[in-house]
Amino acid sequence: MDNPLTPRSNDLGLTAAAKANKPIENQDAKSFFAQLQGFWVTFITMFKKVNTVQYPEVKEPTAERFHGRHQLNRYDDGLEKCIGCELCAWACPADAILVEGESNTEEERYSPGERYGKVYQINYLRCVFCGLCIEACPTRALTMTNEYELADDTRAKVIFEKEDLLAPLRAGQLQPPHPMAPGKTHIDYYRGDVKGDLNG
Amino acid sequence: MTPEQALLETEAPVEMITVVIDGFEVTVPKGTLVIRAAEKLGIQIPRFCDHPLLEPEGACRQCLVDIEINGRAFPKPQASCTIPVENNMIVKTQLTSPVAEKAQAGIMEFLLINHPLDCPVCDKGGECPLQNQAMSTGRPESRYEGVKRTFEKPVPISSQVLLDRERCVLCARCTRFSEQIAGDPFITLNDRGALQQVGIYENDPFESYYSGNTVQICPVGALTGTSYRFRARPFDLVSIDSACEHCASGCAMRTDIRRGKTLRRLAGDDSSVNEEWNCDKGRWAFKYLTSRERVTNPMIRGADGELHEASWPEAIAFAAAGLKGKRAGVLVGGRATVEDAYGYSKFARVALGTNDIDFRARPHSDEETSFLSSIALGLTTSYKNIDKADQVVLLGFEPEEESPIVFLRIYKQVRKRALTVLSDAPFVSRGSAKLGAKLLTDISNISGLTAKSVILVGERLSEKTGALSSAVALAEKTGAKLAWIPRRAGERGAIASGAIPTLLPGGRPVSDASARVDVAAAWSVDSLPSNPGRTTSEILLALSVKNLDAVVIGGVDPLDISNAALSQLLNSFVVSLEITHSAITAVADVVLPVAAVIEKSGSFHDWQGSARAFDKAIADSLSRSDVRILSMLADEMGTPINLPTVAATAREISALGKWDGNAVKFESAASVKDSAVGDKLNLTSWRLLLDLGTLQDGEANLAGTARKASAHISSARAEKLGVKVGESISISSDFGSLKLPVEISEMSDNDIWVPRNSIGSQVIANLGFVSGQVTVVKA
Repeated sequence: MDNPLTPRSNDLGLTAAAKANKPIENQDAKSFFAQLQGFWVTFITMFKKVNTVQYPEVKEPTAERFHGRHQLNRYDDGLEKCIGCELCAWACPADAILVEGESNTEEERYSPGERYGKVYQINYLRCVFCGLCIEACPTRALTMTNEYELADDTRAKVIFEKEDLLAPLRAGQLQPPHPMAPGKTHIDYYRGDVKGDLNG
Repeated sequence: MTPEQALLETEAPVEMITVVIDGFEVTVPKGTLVIRAAEKLGIQIPRFCDHPLLEPEGACRQCLVDIEINGRAFPKPQASCTIPVENNMIVKTQLTSPVAEKAQAGIMEFLLINHPLDCPVCDKGGECPLQNQAMSTGRPESRYEGVKRTFEKPVPISSQVLLDRERCVLCARCTRFSEQIAGDPFITLNDRGALQQVGIYENDPFESYYSGNTVQICPVGALTGTSYRFRARPFDLVSIDSACEHCASGCAMRTDIRRGKTLRRLAGDDSSVNEEWNCDKGRWAFKYLTSRERVTNPMIRGADGELHEASWPEAIAFAAAGLKGKRAGVLVGGRATVEDAYGYSKFARVALGTNDIDFRARPHSDEETSFLSSIALGLTTSYKNIDKADQVVLLGFEPEEESPIVFLRIYKQVRKRALTVLSDAPFVSRGSAKLGAKLLTDISNISGLTAKSVILVGERLSEKTGALSSAVALAEKTGAKLAWIPRRAGERGAIASGAIPTLLPGGRPVSDASARVDVAAAWSVDSLPSNPGRTTSEILLALSVKNLDAVVIGGVDPLDISNAALSQLLNSFVVSLEITHSAITAVADVVLPVAAVIEKSGSFHDWQGSARAFDKAIADSLSRSDVRILSMLADEMGTPINLPTVAATAREISALGKWDGNAVKFESAASVKDSAVGDKLNLTSWRLLLDLGTLQDGEANLAGTARKASAHISSARAEKLGVKVGESISISSDFGSLKLPVEISEMSDNDIWVPRNSIGSQVIANLGFVSGQVTVVKA
């Protein structure tokens, strides 16, 4: 107890136990076989296939439903699914998500309907990858990918902006802003009635 | 007024009635609604249309309960928001009656049948009574499989209010508010059945000064504010109780901040002042501090004539050097908080050694100075007096334009008991028409005033020589209650703080030696200046003729005073304490940035003289209140005023207390009869609530509902000029002219009225005065 760094109140009686210096009990024959059983596990493991992966030289695929980096999805014509409702931010237990909504206009449309997410940030220093945001998302805009290599060397680099999170454009998808497919409403989009390119 | 309030406010005993609700007895005044009586027991009955300040409507049917009286039960559940309590009444709410519970669940299901699933994109989401009560009263799963009725969304019913008809539950709160509280029945329920919807009249947009309240009381997201649309969710916002800085009504407010930015302001709840309402200016005009370029760092005018950013010590030293030992005056402006005004007052007396300080950044007179320093601080008239008045006289005061909550109070009594309202305005304005005001020709011989009458005097009354004196004489003669209602929030507090040449803080007259000793002792200085100080116009005149060398200016727009004010400043040393760049900072030698209301704490005195304190909404703001900066400046000058914080200032003000000696006597002035000469007309003007005021900068949606500027003349005059309604006339003075469309009102043929500071009608800038004689011709 001379060491000033030793926490005195949290000793849990360990010092007293050490001072008592009692011999190890149960040294009978039954105990010997129990110990042998333990060593057997260790021994047999030496012949099993090793799980260690030589990361980063070798990379193995994750489990299919691994919670990795988020992605903001698009409809088939490229419009964003995110409506800026902030329900993900509301659900987030770590306060990792920041969303600011904005009105779509006829001239500048990013998503079907009235509202889109103008600012969308996820702070991966805070994110605990629990997936509650995915459950909260009413339009399936937010899902998780299997990407897990998110470490970086500054704080700013691990705050992902909307353009970092948006799904890349696939063939047939057009970069928003652009109008909804002719004759279609936001409800058709939600129902999945808008397929492929702009002509629906 | 709710029956509970009636009980508090009347002396007559109110009959009490005991009812049983869910097995608990409660005793309430006769006339109380069942839903209120249940609230008293802590039993919450779900509701949408019910609002304690609106008349019962029974529109939404959500509050159904089982009621029996004298052992006889109603055959069906009844709406508890429309039925007053009665003796031997037994009420069973959803908590004890399966019938009531089922009825409520049924109504909720009906309400949700056509309600769109907009919650993720709806501004009300997260603070929505429908959402909450659907959780408490509704079914977990919808049984409805049909197609929901849809409407085009959203429809702007004015530039600041959007209507989403699909979301409406037809509770009629908005239409009842507009009709019963604001007196602006511009919205109504159209059609019937499933197609019933809130609508506006074809040619009349919802341009009420109080339209924002409908957004606040809408129990669903049917009415939303354009400015707040999609800006935030309730959980993003930090709400701070605050006070309104726009006028002297003294509204309690709630300011909602997200990441250092004000996103919206809501009416606070203060039953003695604004009840639960406020005006659209208070609600939506808060972008002024970001609309123009904000002064972020101190600035010094260099040898090149340009302003350059400087460090605080540098700027303070430069300002101190320019003020120390010089003859300097102080212009406070009418928007300073009590603490800031006190800082200016102490700074003028201690650091500058002068009484040249005035808060009036508007036309003023010596008669007014005398009135403010003798009578104004002793006035105790309050909203309660309006509630009980037998007559209200408006002198130089347009309540709807200049103090909207005072208007609501008067309107409430006009609606309730046909209160008589008299006004000295040249014509019946829209606000006056709603009050049923009768016009006065001569102030001095109003008959029928009693001790229960209220005379509300506006700041504009000082513009007519002798009018204030007549009002004071009238009040003295009849015993009527007098009140002085300035337009700006800081004016009454500025008088109390001594930001006026004739008074020291607490209403102590400068002319009284013992008052000076009193204050000098409290401030630990040897003596205070005793020579009479200059008023705003005298300070400006003295600056232009070099009788003063320097001036310290708070938030003042020179065009509020006179069109010469800015040029009168040009040759003196100007220290400007400002939020954003302005006409004053353009000519100032030193610009010191100060905090806006949301960034500082402080208090205003409303027209009743009661303090409306507010705390800073943005906790980590780097901007400081004026008083802190004046204190640094005084320190640098070697004459410290020792007011390091707003809190310390407030403590010093309360320690100093009010003057208990004699007030100076009011020097009345003889009234001057103004008469039009030849073809000239008497111009009168006042400011509209929504106009070009600096504090409304940057809010285009609000400006969209401002009333269009037009000149009012009599029909005989219009005929003489050969103009019809809507045609333009040109109004000119020796200084300049302006052109406005004509509107015809019942008024004297020799009078013309124009708005004072609206688009196309800036009277001081265009004509050079606010009231006087003008030449009017057809344009």
